[in-house]
Amino acid sequence: MPHSPNHGATKTRRIINFSVFSTSPWLKRIFLWFLPLAFLAVFFFFPLSKILTLTFDLEVITPQNLQITNYALRFTFYQAFLSTLLTLTLGLPSAVLFARFDFHGKALLRALTAVPFMLPTVVVAAAFNSLLGQRGLLNTLITNYQLPTFTPSPFTLILLAHVFYNTTIVIRIVGTALSSLDPKLEQTARSLGADPLRVWTHVTLPLLRPSLLAASLLVFLFDFTSFGVILLLGGSQFATLEVEIYLQAVKLLNLPLAALLSVIQLVCTLVFSLLYSHFATRNSYPLQPRSVAVKPRTLQQKLFVLTLCSLLTVYFALPLLSLPARSLFRLEADRGQRTEVQYGFTTDYYAELFINRRGSVFYVPPIRAAFNSLAYASATVALSLLLGFPAAFALAKPTRLENILDPLIMLPLGSSAVMLGLGFIITYGSWLTSPLLVPFAHTLVALPFVIRTLQPAIASIPQRLRDAASALGASPLEVWMHIDLPILRRAALAAATFAFTVSLGEFGATLLISRPEYPTIPVAIERFLSQPGGLNYGQAMAMATILMLLTTVSILLIEKFRPPAAGDF
Amino acid sequence: MKKFSLLLSAFCFLLSACVSQTTPASPQTLTIMTHDSFSVSEDVVKAFEEANNAKVTFLQSGDAGAMINKAILTKDAPLADVLFGVDNTFLSRALQAEIFEPYASPELANIPAAFQLDPSNRALPVDYGDVCINYDKAYFAENALAVPQSLEDLTKPEYASLLVVENPATSSTGLAFLMTTVAHFGEDGYLDYWRALKANGVVVVDGWETAYYTNFSASSGRGPQPMVVSYGTSPAAEVIYADPPVDDAPTASILGPDTCFRQIEFVGILKGTQNRPLAEKFVDFMLGKQFQEDVPLQMFVYPVNPSAALPEAFVKYAQAPAQTASLPPDLIASNRDRWIQEWTDVVMK
Amino acid sequence: MLELRHIFKTYEGNPLLTDISFTVGTGETICLLGASGSGKSTLLRMIAGLETPDSGSILFNGTDLASTPPHLRDFGLVFQDYALFPHLSVNENVAFGLRMRRLPPDEIAERIVSSLRLVNLGEFGKRKVTDLSGGEQQRVALARALAIRPRLLMFDEPLGALDKKLKDGLLEELRAILHRTQIPAIYVTHDQEEAFTIADRILILHEGRILREGSPAEVWENPQSAYAAEFLGVGKVFEGEVREWQNGKWKVESDFGIFALGCGHEHSRGEKVHLLARPPRVRDEAHVISGIVTDVIFQQDRYKVTFENGLFVYLDEPPKIGEKFAARVRVECLA
Repeated sequence: MPHSPNHGATKTRRIINFSVFSTSPWLKRIFLWFLPLAFLAVFFFFPLSKILTLTFDLEVITPQNLQITNYALRFTFYQAFLSTLLTLTLGLPSAVLFARFDFHGKALLRALTAVPFMLPTVVVAAAFNSLLGQRGLLNTLITNYQLPTFTPSPFTLILLAHVFYNTTIVIRIVGTALSSLDPKLEQTARSLGADPLRVWTHVTLPLLRPSLLAASLLVFLFDFTSFGVILLLGGSQFATLEVEIYLQAVKLLNLPLAALLSVIQLVCTLVFSLLYSHFATRNSYPLQPRSVAVKPRTLQQKLFVLTLCSLLTVYFALPLLSLPARSLFRLEADRGQRTEVQYGFTTDYYAELFINRRGSVFYVPPIRAAFNSLAYASATVALSLLLGFPAAFALAKPTRLENILDPLIMLPLGSSAVMLGLGFIITYGSWLTSPLLVPFAHTLVALPFVIRTLQPAIASIPQRLRDAASALGASPLEVWMHIDLPILRRAALAAATFAFTVSLGEFGATLLISRPEYPTIPVAIERFLSQPGGLNYGQAMAMATILMLLTTVSILLIEKFRPPAAGDF
Repeated sequence: MKKFSLLLSAFCFLLSACVSQTTPASPQTLTIMTHDSFSVSEDVVKAFEEANNAKVTFLQSGDAGAMINKAILTKDAPLADVLFGVDNTFLSRALQAEIFEPYASPELANIPAAFQLDPSNRALPVDYGDVCINYDKAYFAENALAVPQSLEDLTKPEYASLLVVENPATSSTGLAFLMTTVAHFGEDGYLDYWRALKANGVVVVDGWETAYYTNFSASSGRGPQPMVVSYGTSPAAEVIYADPPVDDAPTASILGPDTCFRQIEFVGILKGTQNRPLAEKFVDFMLGKQFQEDVPLQMFVYPVNPSAALPEAFVKYAQAPAQTASLPPDLIASNRDRWIQEWTDVVMK
Repeated sequence: MLELRHIFKTYEGNPLLTDISFTVGTGETICLLGASGSGKSTLLRMIAGLETPDSGSILFNGTDLASTPPHLRDFGLVFQDYALFPHLSVNENVAFGLRMRRLPPDEIAERIVSSLRLVNLGEFGKRKVTDLSGGEQQRVALARALAIRPRLLMFDEPLGALDKKLKDGLLEELRAILHRTQIPAIYVTHDQEEAFTIADRILILHEGRILREGSPAEVWENPQSAYAAEFLGVGKVFEGEVREWQNGKWKVESDFGIFALGCGHEHSRGEKVHLLARPPRVRDEAHVISGIVTDVIFQQDRYKVTFENGLFVYLDEPPKIGEKFAARVRVECLA
């Protein structure tokens, strides 16, 4: 043989033998599911079932309680449905904008749309108020021109805030799918005589269905379990299930009713997840990742890009910018002269952040808070990817096992944080006070996002690539590292961004007993806002600005991290 | 991949560094469960630690309601040795659940009997504050409007839509104000009063932060209402945390008869503690002069120990009403839920 | 070298492969020929270790491969859609298997160059695979499989997506490469032309069974089954009924006339047999079929002439459409 095969190396090459997985698919499934399921069992199912069995009591089913339940349930559905619809209305065109077009400031604008997702509700309420409130920027301008003032109703504010928070979910999930859509499919449809609108409705939308459903479900669940927005912006007259659970459990100390409501909320979440699985898996197409963003060319495209960019800028940038504005400009009137408001530039609020004026044992220097936040967020990213990847892999090629497990993955999003927190306490007691557990709690919220982002991307990788790699001598682990991971980089980045922002913004105080030595930025903001005084307010705004900058920069960095080769593929 | 694993190990290292800091080889650790608004000076804690060769750890467990829930749920295996922050509206609930061990601190001798609501000394008073209506001085001056002097005045047409209150279902401040009205108008009359307030355009929000920073006109939030349900000490905070510094408070409290409700906060030793002697020392310490003098500027409340000196800003700007509304804790415990429900039916529906 | 013994596989209760046994010897190229759904790709994936048989065994040099995972089998695999890694360059694609084997960098570099030269892509190393034409991509896939110096090469419809000219060129190159390297190969296709060009031995697969096995000439000369004859396009297959034994031959009646045939086996009167009408060899005693011509198709070296009753024959000289014509054919009895 002239071309003598020198595979002698093969025999001694690798000691670890993964052959068990190729011979037993069940072993492989168990391997993939072990970590995610163990995590969910320990941190979710066990503590939650423990608190529910402890507090649930059939006697709680009285006409009066059922009326409370009925009212909360109806309002929850109503606002969640409307909010989701509005979020899709803004999110879908925005996803197209970011996936299909290149323009100046694209990265910044995209990062900006993700910022609200991690801002504490108090800050968002303050931002909206400084813009839309009765004495906010908009009405200050309006009154100058003798126009009637505009104050949105609390319900409108709730809807606006939900859209503000959740549009990024649609942009990320649908956008990822859009950019992996083979443009040839749309071109073929055009050549077959479909106008752009019909291409969109008959080809693009059906192809996007799995990701669209995934995004809608996440948005809906977030709106369905909305808590802070309803309390703060709703003018206290609205209660979702989550709010009612909180009121019953914490304020009225009526744990049995809280348990009943929690069960109802969980059942609803389970039903949504089942519906989702039913519709999403029936029609999912493998997508070829190859679509490329272009500069807008036709007049229509330019108009589309311009209009949407302006809209997003106004909607996202203005309320967000009002925070740094309030952290740098004094809006204090001279005492005793209410009419003349003195505007003044100041860095006092930032300087004050570094001073422990009260000498409090709970004082946190901003850098320390930022460090804590970043450390927690990074650990959450690592943890949720570690747990999310195997689960997403298993879910990408579903067997009967996955059909059962799929809806369960979403349940943490639908469980009341208050009840889960109480469950943690009775299950794990003082063991819970370790700050190490914070990333685990954040991962609980981030995991459904990570899995839902990775799963369609994994399903879209042609199996042949893995087979080819395997035949070329790559072990299952090497196939994952050299084929799946590089190709999934974009989806993995989107997933990482989700995990990162979820962690940065997660308040978590209700979930775990917090150790005051390790406060995050949201905790620090909350501390400032809990006491009166202009300096406290200014410092809260300064801290919120730091959080905002931190998020924006992190998101931009994560996107920069993407190597060019993977970028245009 | 290499980069990723490097990053991962870096964070593991950082986290383990954090953890090792929390568990130094200290002689004896005392754990205090508190609500999120609790604060204390570093030196004060250090003083206790040095005097008793102890390490004090704080567990912040949500707001007062969440904290008490957690304490009750874990009473068989308590998470902490001492619990601070249960107030007179929640006191009966905590006592009924029997989470505290009685402790007759020698320091109680220095504290007025009016604050000692639990005769068997399971819960010992530490501080008190008054929930009062704050008003925007400039607004009333500019509009040549007389400041209301009583709860009844608030229903007059000239004060229409000028008051923001917190929802008692979601806010302890709001609950205290509801108690004020119950105490003043009685169980028969308070709902009529709220109907009148509602007719006069009272604004209800979820919590103190929204009310103060979003709705109140004299705060930095520059809201629309010149009157807010807040604390008697808030005007002092407005001076201490003013920027630029001011020599007069922009706000003041309405100090009519029965317009303020007194909230007293208690500390107790949790049943089942393994550190009973040290826990007793800490309770003594909280009632002692050093801690008591630290309380005003940390939490903007008054110390229960009358011999504790108040800071200057407190004396000058914080206003304590001559006569406060109050209700017996037992009455509160048995009726609180019903009052909130009735209030909700009248005001929110 | 490679030996398959009694392979069975079912999918959701339906038999996919039934009792498959064959061997591939050193330097031999065998071709699995069959229509889509015949199970040939499944068979290939089993040999590669990507799927497992329900029963039966696959051996290489006498060693059972059941416990060897795909990545340790050292078998090269080339797919119809190339399966090039889109995130890697041409060089990186070719180097992939070598990196997996932890070869030293200079040897990797050397093998990349030699493999790419072998497939005539010497200058393409730095290019992105997504920028290449279909033929070039398939050459890269081939170079990638060759670079690891596999013990066995497997091709799954490798030229299916290419145009005819490119296909013919690549096929010849491939043949030359396989001869030069002496690597045993299994080539899966549905195209009999490809199979005849590349194979030392052909296995015709139908509904999960091997219908016919032999050299290209053997298979063509004696397809043995109606399916194989039709699939290979040897001639027209039709049905006849055995009438009587006469002069050492069977008289068989069909729609196209009665033929005296030397069918090999014992037959009984009234038995249905498949007959094959194919172009006559010169020395043959030929049968004559006549009818009205309904269609004539030019096929480069011959004409396909179809009669009104559905029979077709291949002729060198075309008749006119509509004309009554008598053609000489060789009618054979199929098993």
